[in-house]
Amino acid sequence: MSLRTFAALAALALAGSAAAQENKVVLKDGPGRDKVQYCMACHSVDYIQMNSRFLDKAGWTGSVNKMINVFAAPIPKEDVDAIVTYLSTNYGKPAEK
Amino acid sequence: MENNSSRRKFLLNTAGAGALATLGPVRSWAATVGSSGELGFAELPDGTLAEQMLYALPGKVPLIKKTFRPPNFETPVQYFRTPITPNKAFFVRWHLAGIPQVDAKKWRLSVGGDSAEREVILTLDQLRKNFNPVEITAVCQCSGNRRGLFEPHVAGVEWGAGAMGNARWRGARLKDILAKAGVKAGAVEVIFDGADTPPLEKTPDFVKSLPVAVAQDENVLVAYEMNGAPLPHFNGYPVRLIVPGWTGTYWVKQLVSVKVSSQPEKNFWMSTAYRLPRGKFNTPTFESQLYSANEPISAQVVNSLMTSLRTGQRIPRGKPIDVKGVAWDRGTGIAKVEVSVDSGARWEEAKLGKDLGRFSFREFSFSAPTKEPGSLVVMARATAKSGETQVEKLIFNPAGYHHNVIQRIYVEVV
Repeated sequence: MSLRTFAALAALALAGSAAAQENKVVLKDGPGRDKVQYCMACHSVDYIQMNSRFLDKAGWTGSVNKMINVFAAPIPKEDVDAIVTYLSTNYGKPAEK
Repeated sequence: MENNSSRRKFLLNTAGAGALATLGPVRSWAATVGSSGELGFAELPDGTLAEQMLYALPGKVPLIKKTFRPPNFETPVQYFRTPITPNKAFFVRWHLAGIPQVDAKKWRLSVGGDSAEREVILTLDQLRKNFNPVEITAVCQCSGNRRGLFEPHVAGVEWGAGAMGNARWRGARLKDILAKAGVKAGAVEVIFDGADTPPLEKTPDFVKSLPVAVAQDENVLVAYEMNGAPLPHFNGYPVRLIVPGWTGTYWVKQLVSVKVSSQPEKNFWMSTAYRLPRGKFNTPTFESQLYSANEPISAQVVNSLMTSLRTGQRIPRGKPIDVKGVAWDRGTGIAKVEVSVDSGARWEEAKLGKDLGRFSFREFSFSAPTKEPGSLVVMARATAKSGETQVEKLIFNPAGYHHNVIQRIYVEVV
C-alpha cells in the first residue's frame, strides 16, 4: 500500500469519530515528518510527543522495530532510517551537557 | 523571595532535607494538566506534559488525554476524593483502535474451548437471569499506572496516578458460567477475548488468559453493571471481566469469548507484553506462563494516593494540614495507613474510613496541627493485611509496572 493510501485510510478512520480531535496533534516540522504518516494507520501521533524526550536513537529504533516486528506496521525497510532520524532529532533525549 | 529563603532555611535545618532534594523545582503556580510533580511524585516526561490536556470523550467528563486513538485517558485526582469513582470519570485504556459500538441485543458470549465439555452461548438477558447476580466493589488499576513517574522514563503510555478507579461491579460469577460449559480435568488456563480488533489484520488481537484456579475464584465476575448503571462504552459496554485484585490488563472489555484451555495462551499480549523480571515482586505466580525468562504481571501491589494536598500548597499557620486519600492492595485488605509530616522521621496512624470490602479503595484521613512557619514534606504509607508495605525507592522494571513509591508532598506553612 502506498503512503497516500495510508493517509487516506487513516483519515477515513477518523471521520465522524471523537478521534477526529487527533487532527489537532501537530508534529514538529523536519525531514522525515511525512513518513511518520505510516504510524497513523494504527494510532494517533500523540504517542510520539508523549514518549518524549527520553529515548535516544537506539530507543526510537527499538520502538519503530517493535511496531514493525510485533504489530506488523507496514513500514518499508528503506524508510525506517528516515523515521528514526526524524523521531530522535525532534523527540529524542537531549544531548548530555 | 520569601518562598526561597524559608525553603533554604528548611533545607539547612532539617535532617530530612535529602528527601526534598529529589523533588526538583516546585511549580506551585503552574496549572499544568495532570502534573505528577504537583502530587508529590517524580514528574512526567516533558513531552507528555506538553501534549496532554483535558478532553471529554462522549459520555465522559473531561479527563486527562494521553492519546486520542486508541483512546487512553486518565482520571484527574479530584475524582479520588470519594471512595467510588464515578462512571463518567473512570479512566479509559485501549490497546487497539478498532472499538465497535456493541449492540447489547446482538451481543453474545461464547463459552467453550478444548477443555470445556460443551459450548454455551449466552445472551445478555440469559446472563442476567440465569445466573445468581453478585456485587463486588473492586479497584481496577492499569498495570502501568504511574509509569510516567519512572526514573529513568520507560516507553509506553506515560500514566500519572490516575489510571485506576474503584467501582461497584454487578454480574454473574465466571465460575458459574464455566460450570454450565463444564471444565474438564487437565484445564490449565481460561482465555478471554473482547470485541475490539486491531486496525491491521496482522497485528496481534488483544487476548488474555488467567490460571484456571483464578478464573474459578468466586470473586471473578462477568459484569454488566458498574455503580448501578450499564458500563460506559469506553469501559467495556455491555460486559467486561472483573478480576478483583489482579491488574487491569486481565479485565477484558467488551467480552465476547471465553475458552477453557489445556494449553497456555502464548499470543504477544501474554508471552511478551505485561511481563516482569521473575521474583522482583511478592505477587502470585502464574505457573503455566513460566515458559520464558520473565513472568506475567498478576495481582497489584499495596499502594495509596493522597488527594487533598498539592506540592507547593501554602497553609496558613494555625490551620491544620488535612491529609486525605485512598489506599488499596490486591485484596488482603488495608491494615493501616501511616502519615508523616516530617519527611518520614516520625509516622502516625491515619484514621481509616468505611470498609467497602477488601478489594475496594479504603479512605484514610489525618490532621496535623501547624505551629511554626516553614516547609514540610507530607508522606503517606499504606500497609496491607498481608504485611506488605509501600516502598521508599522504585523497584525498576523495564515495562514500568507496579509503581508504589511513597508520595512526598511539599507544603509550606505561612
